[in-house]
Amino acid sequence: MATRRSVLRSLLGNAVLAASMTLATLPVHAANPVLKIGFVGVTSGPAAAWGTSNVRSMQTRAAWLNELGGVTIGGTTYDIEIVTFDDQKDPKRAIAGMEKMAQAGIHYVVGPNVDDGAAAVRPVAEQNNIMYFPYAFPKALYSPPASNAILGMIANYQSGPAIYKYLRDNKGVKKVAFVAANESDPLSQRDGGVEAAKALGLEVVSSSVTYQVDTTDFTPVLTPVLRTRPDLLVLSGVAPANAPQLIRSARELGYTGLISTETAQDAQVLKEGAGDLANGFISVGGASTPEIASDAMKEFVTRYTKMFGEYNDESNTKVYALEYIIETLKANPKAIDNVAEFKQTMNSFSAPNIYMKGDSTLKYVGTTSFGQKRQVFVPMVVNEYQGGAFKTLFIAEVD
Amino acid sequence: MEQIIANGLYLGAQYALIALGLTLIFALMNVLNFAHGQLYVLGGFVTYTLYAKAGFPYPIALLMAGLTLALVGGLLEKYLFRPVIKKSHREESTMLLAAGVAFFLDAIILLLFGEKQRGVPKIIEGVFNWDFRIIMPYDRIVIGCVAICSVALFIGYMQYSKTGRAMRALAQDKIAAQLMGVDVDRYQMIGFALAAMLAGLVGGLLVSITGINLGMGGPTSIKAFLMVMIGGAGVVSGAIAGGFILGMMESIGLSVFSSYGDVTYLMIFASLMVFLAIRPQGLMGKPWG
Repeated sequence: MATRRSVLRSLLGNAVLAASMTLATLPVHAANPVLKIGFVGVTSGPAAAWGTSNVRSMQTRAAWLNELGGVTIGGTTYDIEIVTFDDQKDPKRAIAGMEKMAQAGIHYVVGPNVDDGAAAVRPVAEQNNIMYFPYAFPKALYSPPASNAILGMIANYQSGPAIYKYLRDNKGVKKVAFVAANESDPLSQRDGGVEAAKALGLEVVSSSVTYQVDTTDFTPVLTPVLRTRPDLLVLSGVAPANAPQLIRSARELGYTGLISTETAQDAQVLKEGAGDLANGFISVGGASTPEIASDAMKEFVTRYTKMFGEYNDESNTKVYALEYIIETLKANPKAIDNVAEFKQTMNSFSAPNIYMKGDSTLKYVGTTSFGQKRQVFVPMVVNEYQGGAFKTLFIAEVD
Repeated sequence: MEQIIANGLYLGAQYALIALGLTLIFALMNVLNFAHGQLYVLGGFVTYTLYAKAGFPYPIALLMAGLTLALVGGLLEKYLFRPVIKKSHREESTMLLAAGVAFFLDAIILLLFGEKQRGVPKIIEGVFNWDFRIIMPYDRIVIGCVAICSVALFIGYMQYSKTGRAMRALAQDKIAAQLMGVDVDRYQMIGFALAAMLAGLVGGLLVSITGINLGMGGPTSIKAFLMVMIGGAGVVSGAIAGGFILGMMESIGLSVFSSYGDVTYLMIFASLMVFLAIRPQGLMGKPWG
């Protein structure tokens, strides 16, 4: 247990680190020219964890690369500068953020984090030659004629069927219930999940129950769901803030079946909020489980923790977007201010994936889901929470 | 039905405690404190830090969170709200100030405690199960009882203590109270501190059940305003009634209308609009303010 002095030190440290995080967005004064990469997403309010893990991943990696002397693209070595904009999960602000990026001459932006924000910025991105990496699932963003958005993670309609199939075949799941927050992302993820479950021959016993994101007691929400006696309870698109409470309420109501989600979660949050009640909870993560994490991934986690005080497991996936941008630019230096070149390079791009053990590669995928390569390849690591940490249940690939 | 009533009572007890602080500030100073939810969140984070991180016993952490929030509330009143109230005759000045304080506290909380959801170990293990008619974890029962006791203590304090009487006098007629020798500045500061302490106390109580995160402030303020509107602004008994009514409506709505999606708050808001059109001063408020 931490001493009181160390807690005070940690609080002060957090404040100093956050201040330094703000300073990190200021122009870098170095000998190298600067390559600006943008971020437009949510770093405040209830969903702050989603965007913050993005920004901090980018800042950690940028600081690391700059410390190594910068990134060489087409014979010129650049320092990486991350320009951030908090859209507060508001599509209008997301548009303003993307316009700010355009005014700053930025062509590569990570975000937004949610469906409506990602859809809202599309015209601005397309008019201003910006490639952006949303963490949002609408297929229209990535399917022709759209071509500027690249999905930065695995969509629920890709991971859901794989998880349900695994649980049907290995755990004997027959009846599934879905519960979702009353917001566009979780609702669309729920609808996709219901469709996938039915396609696999599973019986959907409940899918109409929703909840407000600010719910403080989930007992009344879950009572009617659990009366249907599902084998699997799917928390569609659940925010990390709500997951521990939902799990805890379900277990306290006597539910003994499986619980899963298709969104990334944080082990520490689950541990604090639900403790051992979260054991067996299944979610989708990135490449930091001991079985597959490379030394580079371990160093990234160490650097992130040193910079910001605490690691966020969501960054296991979010570490990738900046890597893809930089490596693609390295592969075709003309793309540095020409997104048409970037799009062309995506079709044949391949580079080593430094974050995974073995010979995994970075490549663009998504042809099956979107009809074109508009998704970054990240390993689909399905995790099971056990005693305060995630354990790999199985690993699959998209496309 | 038993489960619905039990859920409603539990929710009502915590809601009532949240609404009490808001209505107290409104009664004393005519200020709509939009930062009330952020004070609740701050109380939760202080309790989390002291209990889960620094290792203080939970009751001590809770007490210290309450005292910390009382101090924050007192400072806010003395250095922000009091000067604005004295200098500005426009009521919206304090509303804007409160909104500004809410944003400021959000930023401070993000800097100090981070963006993650935080929770603490259960204070009591086990679940009360009455033949599957009422299922309620023991920690919720304890927190609900503590909330009800806190409401009772608050009422007793306001009713029988010298400070409570002074604050009630201020709420009824500030000028008359001043003429009778009540130190307005002092009791307004005590009132603000007491309200902040109540918010912090609820945050500290609920961090053991629901956890706490940065984004809970705004929605909590909205719910608190709902309760105050139902019960009547500036009336202590109204805030309590509003809290229990909202808790019961939420519990019934979530059970009865579960198959229709999330229509509970839609119906609560619709009912509130009709109710306020008929009785704008709320259940126990006075038409003249």
